Amino acid sequence: MRDPSVTAVRYELSHLQALEAESIHIFREVAAEFERPVLLFSGGKDSIVLLRLAEKAFRPGRFPFPIMHVDTGHNFSEVVAFRDRITDALGERLIIASVQDSIDSGRVTEEIGPRASRNRLQTTTLLDAIEEHGFDAAFGGARRDEERARAKERVFSFRDDFGQWDPKAQRPELWALYNGRIRRGEHVRVFPISNWTELDVWQYIAEQRLEIPSIYFSHERQVFARDGMLYAHNEFVQLIDGEEPFAESVRYRTVGDMTCTGAVRSTAATLQEVVAEIAATRITERGETRADDRVTEAAMEDRKREGYF
Amino acid sequence: MAAVTQNGASEAAREGRGGREPYAMPRRRTELLRIATAGSVDDGKSTLIGRLLYDSKAILADQLDHVVQTSERRGDGYVNLALLTDGLRAEREQGITIDVAYRYFQTPLRKFIIADTPGHEQYTRNMVTGASTADVSIVLIDARKGVSEQTRRHAYLASLLRIPHLVVAVNKMDLVKYDESVFYDILEEMTDWASRLQIPDITFVPISALRGDNVVEPSDRMQWYGASTLLYHLEHVVIAPDRNLSDLRFPIQWCIRPYSSEHHDYRGYAGQVAGGILRPGAEVLVLPGGRRSTIAGIDTHEGEVPAAFPTMSVAVRLADQVDVSRGDMIVEAEDQPTAARELEAMLCWMSETPLQPRGRYAIKHTTRSARAVVEEIEYRVDINTLEHLAAPQLGLNEIGRVTLRCSAPLMVDAYSRNRTTGSFILIDEATNDTVAAGMVLTAG
Repeated sequence: MRDPSVTAVRYELSHLQALEAESIHIFREVAAEFERPVLLFSGGKDSIVLLRLAEKAFRPGRFPFPIMHVDTGHNFSEVVAFRDRITDALGERLIIASVQDSIDSGRVTEEIGPRASRNRLQTTTLLDAIEEHGFDAAFGGARRDEERARAKERVFSFRDDFGQWDPKAQRPELWALYNGRIRRGEHVRVFPISNWTELDVWQYIAEQRLEIPSIYFSHERQVFARDGMLYAHNEFVQLIDGEEPFAESVRYRTVGDMTCTGAVRSTAATLQEVVAEIAATRITERGETRADDRVTEAAMEDRKREGYF
Repeated sequence: MAAVTQNGASEAAREGRGGREPYAMPRRRTELLRIATAGSVDDGKSTLIGRLLYDSKAILADQLDHVVQTSERRGDGYVNLALLTDGLRAEREQGITIDVAYRYFQTPLRKFIIADTPGHEQYTRNMVTGASTADVSIVLIDARKGVSEQTRRHAYLASLLRIPHLVVAVNKMDLVKYDESVFYDILEEMTDWASRLQIPDITFVPISALRGDNVVEPSDRMQWYGASTLLYHLEHVVIAPDRNLSDLRFPIQWCIRPYSSEHHDYRGYAGQVAGGILRPGAEVLVLPGGRRSTIAGIDTHEGEVPAAFPTMSVAVRLADQVDVSRGDMIVEAEDQPTAARELEAMLCWMSETPLQPRGRYAIKHTTRSARAVVEEIEYRVDINTLEHLAAPQLGLNEIGRVTLRCSAPLMVDAYSRNRTTGSFILIDEATNDTVAAGMVLTAG
C-alpha cells in the first residue's frame, strides 16, 4: 500500500531547494575529506546563509568545525553584537582573529589618512590564523555573481602555502566530484554558495526567516558623501575638507568595514521590502557599496591572488 | 520588439527598460536549469550570452556602464556585449576566453546557470567540465559559414557527456538576409550529423544575437519561422524526466552521530540522492557487503520527509544496527549497480602529462575513493570525424576508451543510465591535479 500523500508528491525541487541541496552536499564533502575545516563568518548575509546550511548539513550533530571571524576592529557594532548572539545560540565554537593584534605585533602596518582602511590588512590576519590553527579548508560565502573574477573561481579554490589563488592553475571541477587533495601548508577555500545570486540569498533569508543584523534594514544614520557613495560618519574615518555629515535614511547591502562599506538610501524596513528593492535594483551590490572593488578594473582579481577571501 | 540597437542598449538599461520587465518575486516556484555553451567570439557566443543577460535584466547599470566605457576605449564602435563575460585580466588583454565562467540569470519561470566555455579544440577539457552538469547545451553556428568542424565537435561532446537537450542556435541570420533556405540547409546537415550521436532532443532556432532576433523576443524579420524563441525554449524545455527516478542510489557521505543526551542513539547516514526514490519502510541493501536493512526514516533539518529523490540532501536512519560508513551506497536488492573492480570507460584527458598505459592514479567515484591502473587504451576518438584511432597514449584534451582496474570495487552504473553513479575523476597522486574525467560504459 502506498501512502496517497506520497504519490501526490511531484518529485521536483524549486531552484532554491536545488541550490540548498548542492550546498549541503559541499559542506558534507569537506567535513568528510579534510582534517581541520573552519567556517569564515563575517556577520554578513552570505555567511549567515552558510550557518543555516551548516545546520542543515550536520544537525542534530554539532558542526565538525569552528566558526572564525576576522575582526578588523572597524566593524559595525550592530554586526559584532549579532555575531556573538548568533554563535552563542548555535552553541558552536567561535574563534576571533584580530587585525588589531596583527598591527600590535608588527605583522602589518596600519594605513593612514582619510582613506585609510583595514580591508587589505585582513588578508595577513586571515592567513596567519589559518596557519596557526592548521586549517586545511576554509568555508567562505563568496558567490560567482558578485564579480567577474569570481565567475571563474571553483567551488574548491586551491591556495598555495602563501594563500595565493592562481586563476590559470585551477583544477577542473566535474559533476559533483570535488578534488580536495592538498599538501601540507596548502589549503582550500570552499564556496558552498558559489551558484547563488544576491537575490537567491535574500529569498532564502526570507523563506527561512533568518535573523540578520539590523543595518540591512533602513535606519536613520549620520552619513557623509564621498566619491558618489554614502559612508557612516564614524570614529575610524577622517573627514576631508568639504565633507559634511548629515542624517539620512539608509540601509546596507553588504557588510564590511565601516571605512569602506557604503550605505544606500532606502526606506525598506522589512525583509519583503528589501527583497523587492533588490529585485528592482539596477546596480550590483559591489558597485554600489564597496570602495575596495573600485580601485582598479581588476581589483578583486588582484586581491584574490594575494589570498583575500 | 526588443530590437534594442547596440548603442541604445546602455540608455535603455539606465532607464530600466528593455525587452522585459525586471525580475519580480515569482508567482510560482522557479526551477533550476543548467546550460552549457561553447563557441568562439567569432560565433557571437559572448554576444548571445550578453544578450540573454541584458534582455532578461540580469545586467545591471554599473556593469553595462563598464562595458560601454571599455568598448569606447577599445574603439569597438558599438557596445560590445561580449565584454560582459570576459572575466580575467589575461582574457581581456588577449580577447579570448580561457576558462569556464559561470553566469546567472533568472526569469519568473526559471533560474539559469550558464557554464560558458571557449570553443577551440585546445579547450576541450573546459567544455567537458562545463558540460558535465548541464541539462541543455547550446551550440552556435555562424549562418554564413554553416556547419563547421567546431560545431560537430561541440555536438559530439554534448552527446559524450549525455546532455539531454541540444539547442542549435543558427546565429548571424541578419548577415544572410534572414534567408530561410540557409537555416534549413544547416538544419539538415546537423540532423544528419546528430543521427550518429546519442542526443535525445535537438532543437533549431534561427537568431541574430547582435540584433536580438528570436533570442528573447520573436523576430518579425523571420516570419517563416513559427516556433519558439531561444529564451522561451530554455524556459519551457521539459527536464523533469531526465532524472533517474527508477534506480535507487544513495551514496553515503557522512554519518551524523550527535552523542548528546537528547539524541544519544541517533545515527543518520547523510548524502545526496543520486537516483530513484527513497521511502521509509523500504527494504534496502548497503553496498558493498550487501547487508540488509529497512529505511526507518528520512530526516532533514525541517523534520522527517515522506520521500527523498534526486538531488535532495537528506539523512537516512536504518532500522538495524548495521555498520555503514562513507563510500557505502544504499540501493534496492532487486535493482543493484554493478560492483566491479574492472571498468570500461571513456576518458577525457585533462593534463599536460599524457596518460600512459599502466599509469596509476587515485580514482574518485561518488563518495568513494580508490586507486586505479589503466590497463589498456583501446582507442582514441578523432572528435572531429568520430573515427577510432590506435593510441599509444592519451594527450591533453584527447578522448579515448580505456580499461581500468581498481584497488577496491566501485558501485557503478553505465553513464548513459545515471550521470552521477556513472562518472568518476582520476587524480595524479604526485601533483594532486585532476587529470581525467571518466564515463563508465560497462563494468564487470
